[in-house]
Formats: sequence, C-alpha cells, structure tokens
Amino acid sequence: MQRNSVIYILGFCVAVCLVCAVIVSSSAVGLKDKQDLNKVLDRQKKVLSVAGIDFKDTASSDEIQSLFSKRIKLVVVDLKTGKVDQAATKDAASFDQQKAKKDPAQSADAPKNLAGVRRVPNKAMVYQVSQKEMGTGGAGFQLEQYIFPIEGKGLWSTLYGYLALESDGNSIKGITFYQHGETPGLGGEVDNPAWKAKWPGRKLFGPQGSSVSSWGEAKITVKKGQAGTPEQDPYQVDGLSGATITGNGVTHLVRFWMGDNGFGKYIRNVVGQAS
Amino acid sequence: MSKTKEVLIDPLFDNNPIALQVLGICSALAVTTKMETAAVMAIAVTCVLALSNLSVSVLRNHIPPSIRIIVQLTIIASLVIVTDQILKAFLFETSKQLSVFVGLIITNCIVMGRAEAFAMQNSPTRSFIDGIGNGLGYGLVILLVGLFRELFGSGKLFGIEILPLVSEGGWYQPNGLLVLAPAAFFLIGGFIWALRTWKPDQVEEA
Repeated sequence: MQRNSVIYILGFCVAVCLVCAVIVSSSAVGLKDKQDLNKVLDRQKKVLSVAGIDFKDTASSDEIQSLFSKRIKLVVVDLKTGKVDQAATKDAASFDQQKAKKDPAQSADAPKNLAGVRRVPNKAMVYQVSQKEMGTGGAGFQLEQYIFPIEGKGLWSTLYGYLALESDGNSIKGITFYQHGETPGLGGEVDNPAWKAKWPGRKLFGPQGSSVSSWGEAKITVKKGQAGTPEQDPYQVDGLSGATITGNGVTHLVRFWMGDNGFGKYIRNVVGQAS
Repeated sequence: MSKTKEVLIDPLFDNNPIALQVLGICSALAVTTKMETAAVMAIAVTCVLALSNLSVSVLRNHIPPSIRIIVQLTIIASLVIVTDQILKAFLFETSKQLSVFVGLIITNCIVMGRAEAFAMQNSPTRSFIDGIGNGLGYGLVILLVGLFRELFGSGKLFGIEILPLVSEGGWYQPNGLLVLAPAAFFLIGGFIWALRTWKPDQVEEA
C-alpha cells in the first residue's frame, strides 16, 4: 500500500497510539502502588523529622511506618467548628488534605488574606505526637506536641510545611518547609537549620502560661533584622537577609493557619478543655 | 566497527549536542545545581534518547513522511512518561527535585533532533549507539556544570560536604551566583570556549 495514502496514514496513527498507550498505561498502573507508598512514606518522614523523632536515613519503609504509627496519632479536625471529626479521623490514614482543598464539596474559598491562600479545606489533618511509644489502639498516649500543616505564598512560590506546637498550643516547637521554589541562598534559606533553630520557644498568642481567654490573634512575626532570645523577644524571629518577601510570606502564612480560618479554633478548643 | 565507535565517541567532543549543536540548554540550566539531579537527568535523557532513536529507526521505513514529526513525538512522549513513572517509583526524592524537568525531556531538542536527523536515515543499531553517544555528550556537559555549581555554590558534591560553609561554622563563603540559573550560562559558555580553542574547526565563521 502507498505510504502516502490516507488509509495507511490513519492506520499507522492508530497502531502507534495503541502501542504507546499500552506501554504508558501499564507502566503507570504497574508502578502505582510503589509510588503511593513513596508519597505516604515521604509525608511520614517529614512529620517525624518536624517532631524531632530521630530515624536513620537508611531506615526501611516498614521501620518508618511502625515508628510513625507508634508515636503519632492522626486527627482530622473540622476547621469551622474547631472540633475533631470522629468519623473522618477513623479514615485519617487515607485523608488527603491537598485533594480535599481542590474538591469544591470539601473546601471553600479562603477569605481575602495576606498569606496568598486561595482555598481552605473544610477539614484538615493534625498530627498529635505522643511522648512515649503507644501500644495498640493508642494505649498510653501522652500528648507532647501538635503538628499542623501550613502553606502560603513566599516570593516566587507557595511554601508547604509543618509547624509544631507544644501541648500548651502557644509555644512553637519547630517549623519546617518541605516544598518551595524560593531563591536558593536567599529565600531558600528557610531550609537552613540555623534559621529554623531560631523558632523553638517563641510564642504565638501570649506569654508563657497565659490562659486561652487572654489570647488574641497570632502575633509571631519574621522581622527585618535580628530578634533577641525567645525570652526577650517572644513574638519575633530573625529575618533572612535578602529575603524580606519570603520572610513576610512566612509571617502571614503562620498567622493565617493559626488564625480563625485555620487551626485557631481547634487550638483554643483543645487547650481550653485541657486546662 | 570504527564507524560505530565514531558514532558513539563523536558526540562527546567533536559534535557535542550542547556545545556544538547548542540543543537542550533549558534543562542544562535547571537541573545542574546539584550533581545528584544532574546525574539522574543525564541517565534519564540517555535512556530516552537511545530508545527513541532505536524505535524511530526501526519504524523509519514505515512512517508516512507527512506525519513523521508527530509520530516521533508520540514515541518520545511515551518513553518520557514511562521514565517519569519509574523515577517516581524508585528514586522518589530525586524525582521530586527534578519535578517538571523530567516531563520536559519531551521538548528537549536533542531527542527530537537526533530522531529526525539521524535515526530516520540510519540502521537501528547505529541509531541506538548514536542515542547513547549524544546522551553521554549531554551528560558530560551537565555533570561538569553541576560539579562547579554544587562545589562552589554550596560546598558539596553529591550532597557530601567538601568545603565547610561559613554559615555552618566552616571557612568557605559560598558563591551565591552559582546556584542561580545564569551561572550555568557562564559555565556552558566557558566550556564552549575551551572546547573551540582545543578544536578550532568547530569555530563558526563570523
């Protein structure tokens, strides 16, 4: 048959597309389980490292998963009421906050905010870290810290990270960003351990030991220039030189997620009940 | 035999895809801040290039001339998606850093350029070897660029500290320019200059 005839060309297209489609889809389907496992592990590793729980770089996936399940309890929180959603918490392992954010049924437009957050999920995941290893079914759980997922705009990109709070819901235990596209060496220094080490001990809402009812909005600020020790300067953190806008972004996103549109109601609820 | 060897060795210095053909610059800027990403990218491009050359060459006498470009693209795109899936499954950390640039191998001019310029006229074996040769030529340049950028930009090689940084208590003040994309332009420019001084026949007439 002529190589230029329309029928030959159409037939050739169909054949090439079929073969390519089979190859692509079988690789996607065949590798899906492994990829999903990687994603879960990746998230678990990040949460473990924010929580300050050590694990070896070479730890196998089983070791990470068992460590995670022994030390960390997943809770799904309804952001509007600030209460734990018991039904969703049962399926917390399969809860995907990023997916919920994109689903119109599970999220809402964020009110205008400085953090550049466009949509807020109705429900969000909170990781509760236990002081000691838990037994089966969460026996012996003793709250050490909360870990909240946070995100917001920096200069170029959206920063995704976690903020860890002590059990008083006021003292910061740590912050980390796991995904961002800020300028390496400037805004990218949010990854620098030396800068992250400035956060622990700072306060979000009020002085050490203050009661929930006295709290206002989250006050923490990444300031331009140097801040004092956490005792002298509880609501300010050193800025990163050459990265004012990234720093402002961090300020706004922490304040947003710790405010009433984020986890603010939940924090007041649980800490209020505990005290 | 010597001809086959030529096909493999030629693209390293005599006909380097980046330095002489000036193809694939975009990804060479983006993935060379670290040796690790550069190495994985080099391997991925080599595999895609070799396999796409091979498949295009096998089909070269059957591809209708009027749709040859789109057929080549379909084959290349499929191979790149498979590569991306494999990276996500087995090298998750690196694949996250490479992010969109694995997908962008599809638009890497080297792959399409070799399919159209070489594989359409040559036997499958030679095309396959040409693919590997060009992949290595690309890899050579991005690894060289990565070497300079990671060593002098962040004091590390493959993530292992070589020059202790001032910010971490060492003595080396890193050169911030090197971690930004323009540095790759300077380095590639320098590499092309050095290569053309060594082999003056590559110099284009002004």
